Amino acid sequence: MSAPPSPRPGWTRRLSTFLIAHPRVTLALLLAPPMAWLGAVYLGSLGALLAQSFFTLDDYTGQVVREVSLATYGKLFTAAHMDIVLRTVAMAAAVTLASVTLGFPVAYLAARHARGRMKALFYLGVLLPLWSSYLVRLYAWRLILAREGVATWFIERVGLLGALESVLELPVVGGPSLSASYLGMFLVFVYMWLPYMVLPIQAALERVPPSLTEASSDLGARPRSTFRHVLLPLSLPGVVAGSIFTFSLTLGDYIIPGVIGQSSLFIGQAVLVQQGTAGNIPLAAAFSMVPIVIMAAYLSAARRMGAFDAL
Amino acid sequence: MSPEARPVAVRFDGVSRRFGDVPAVNAVTLDIFDGELFTLLGPSGSGKTTCLRLIAGFERPDGGRLFIHGVDSGGRPPYERDVNTVFQDYALFPHMTVEENVAYGPMIRGVPRAERRKLAAEALELVQLPELAARRPAQLSGGQRQRVALARALVNRPRVLLLDEPLGALDLKLRQQMQVELKALQRKVGITFVYVTHDQEEALHLSDRMAVMRGGVIEQVGAPGEVYEEPRTAFVAGFVGASNLISGELAQRLLGTAGELIIRPEKISVLPAGAAVADGACVADGRVAEVAYLGALSRVKVDLEGGGALTAVVQNVEAGHRDVAKMQGQPVRLSWRREHARALEPGAPS
Repeated sequence: MSAPPSPRPGWTRRLSTFLIAHPRVTLALLLAPPMAWLGAVYLGSLGALLAQSFFTLDDYTGQVVREVSLATYGKLFTAAHMDIVLRTVAMAAAVTLASVTLGFPVAYLAARHARGRMKALFYLGVLLPLWSSYLVRLYAWRLILAREGVATWFIERVGLLGALESVLELPVVGGPSLSASYLGMFLVFVYMWLPYMVLPIQAALERVPPSLTEASSDLGARPRSTFRHVLLPLSLPGVVAGSIFTFSLTLGDYIIPGVIGQSSLFIGQAVLVQQGTAGNIPLAAAFSMVPIVIMAAYLSAARRMGAFDAL
Repeated sequence: MSPEARPVAVRFDGVSRRFGDVPAVNAVTLDIFDGELFTLLGPSGSGKTTCLRLIAGFERPDGGRLFIHGVDSGGRPPYERDVNTVFQDYALFPHMTVEENVAYGPMIRGVPRAERRKLAAEALELVQLPELAARRPAQLSGGQRQRVALARALVNRPRVLLLDEPLGALDLKLRQQMQVELKALQRKVGITFVYVTHDQEEALHLSDRMAVMRGGVIEQVGAPGEVYEEPRTAFVAGFVGASNLISGELAQRLLGTAGELIIRPEKISVLPAGAAVADGACVADGRVAEVAYLGALSRVKVDLEGGGALTAVVQNVEAGHRDVAKMQGQPVRLSWRREHARALEPGAPS
C-alpha cells in the first residue's frame, strides 16, 4: 500500500512542529506574559513607590523634591510615627501567636484524625467565611462587638459582665466597648486570618507520615515529647508559612483598624492618610517599607532557626 | 513443640483485632520464645502486620490478652513497652542526622549527650555504618537507611525487636546480603526478633520458627523445615514453596488412598518412558505438556495417562537448555517415594 499524498501542512501544524523542535522558544513565549506582569507592572510599580521614599516633601510648596536623601526616613523615625509602627507590629505579633495557638489543634485534627465526611466538613468550616465579603463580615463583627451587641448580651447572660468591664478598663487593650477597643480589633483580626494559618499547617502535617509519630512513641517518647521533637519541627514550615500570612496581612490592613478599635493609626492607615489626604507620597512610601523590612527580617530569622530544614 | 519450658517473650492468648466488621486478627494464640528469630509469614491482608503492631502497641486488642515477658501489655501504650520496631518505610526522622536518629531513644530516656553519642556510635558500628553519623536520611541509599533504622531500634537494647518487612524495599542482591547479616546480628545480640514478611524464601532462610497466617488466623507454626516438609493445609503447602495438590479420583489412582495429599515438585523424578524404578516407588506415566528452563532448574508439567497432571522440578545436572527444550511432548515416567506424598488435614480448603 502506498501512503496517501500528504497535503501541504497548514500553518498551525507548522507552528506546532516548530514549537516542539524549539522548547526554549516555547518556554519564553509561555513565560513572557506572566513575567511582564510580575516584573514590569507589579515589581516595577513597587520599586517606583519605594524609590519615592528617598525623595522628600517640601513643606512649604507641598511639592515632592526629587533628590535622593534619607530625610523622609528621618521623619519616619520620629516618636509619633514609630508609635504607629510599634502598635501595628505588636498587634500583628499577638494575632499571629493567637492564630498559631488556635489553628494548630484544628489543623492537627483535620490532618490526622478527620476522614471522609469529617474532612469535607473541616474544609467547609475553614473556607466558608472566605466566600462572603470581607467588609460584610467586618461590619457584622462591629455589630456583634458593640456595647448593645450579641457578644456583650451573651457575656451578661452567663454572668461575666463584671469580668468584661474590668478587662475593658485595662489600659491599652480596653476601651468603651469591645468594638471600640484593641481587644475587639485583635479578635476580628484573628477571626479574619485564622484560615490562612490553619491551611498551611494542615498541609504540612499531612506530609508527616504517621509512621514517624509511631516510631517516636515506639522509641519511648510520650505524646508531649513526640510533639516537641517530631511533629512540631516537621510542621514548622507550615507554621511559618501561616504566620507570614497572618503577620503581613495584619501589618498591611487599613480597613479593620478604621472600623473596629480606637482612632490611633496603624501602618496601613498611615500609608493611606499620607498618600491621600496629606499628599506626602515619600512618607507613605517610607511607611510601606516597614512591613517589607520586617517580613524580610522575620523570614531570615525563621530560616536561621531551621524552620525550613524539613522542606 | 518442645516439652521443656522455654521462657516466653511474647504470648498471644486468643487475641483479636477488628477494623470495622473485618477481623484482621482472629483469636490468635501463639507463643514466641525468648531469643528466637520468629517469622510471621503470609500474603497481604493475612493479619501478620497487625500482629506485629499489636506487640508494638500501635493497635490494642479487641479481645484476648497479650503478654510481653509475662506482663499483660494489651492496654499499654508503645512508649511503655520494652519493644522496638524497624518500620517498613524505615520512618527515619528527616530533620535529624543519622546520629540524632539513632540517639533518639536514649535522648528521650534522658541519657546525657556524651553517653548517648557513644551509644549511637556503638549501634552504628553494629550495623556497619559508622562513618555516616553526620548525614541526613535523605542523603542515604535504601540499604543505608535500613541499617540506620536497625541501629535506632537496637540502641535501646529492647527485649523484643519487631521488623515489618524490613527488606521489602531493597533489590534482590542487597536483600539476600541483608538476610545473612540480620541473622548474624540476631545471634550476636541475642534479642528476640519478630519478623514479618510475605517472602517465603526469606522466612525459610531466616527463621528459627515461623507462623504461616491467612485471613487473620495462624494456619501452622513450626521450624521452617517442618512447615515446608509437613504442611498441614493446602494453603501452607501452596504458599510455602510450590506443590502438587492431589485429591479425589487421582489420589485413589496414584496412591490408593482417599483424602488430600501433596507432593513437592522436587521430590518427583522424571525418567525415560518405561524406565525401571526402585521397589516400592510410586510411578505414573504421561507426556510432557510444558517445560520451563529456569537456569539451574527446569520445571516440567506432565499430563498423566488417564487424566490429571503433575509438575516436577529437576536439576539441570547433565541437561542443557537444548536438551530441556527437546523434552516437550516426549513420553516420560514419573516416580517418587511413597512417603513424599503427604496427607493434608481434612476439611482445610485451599
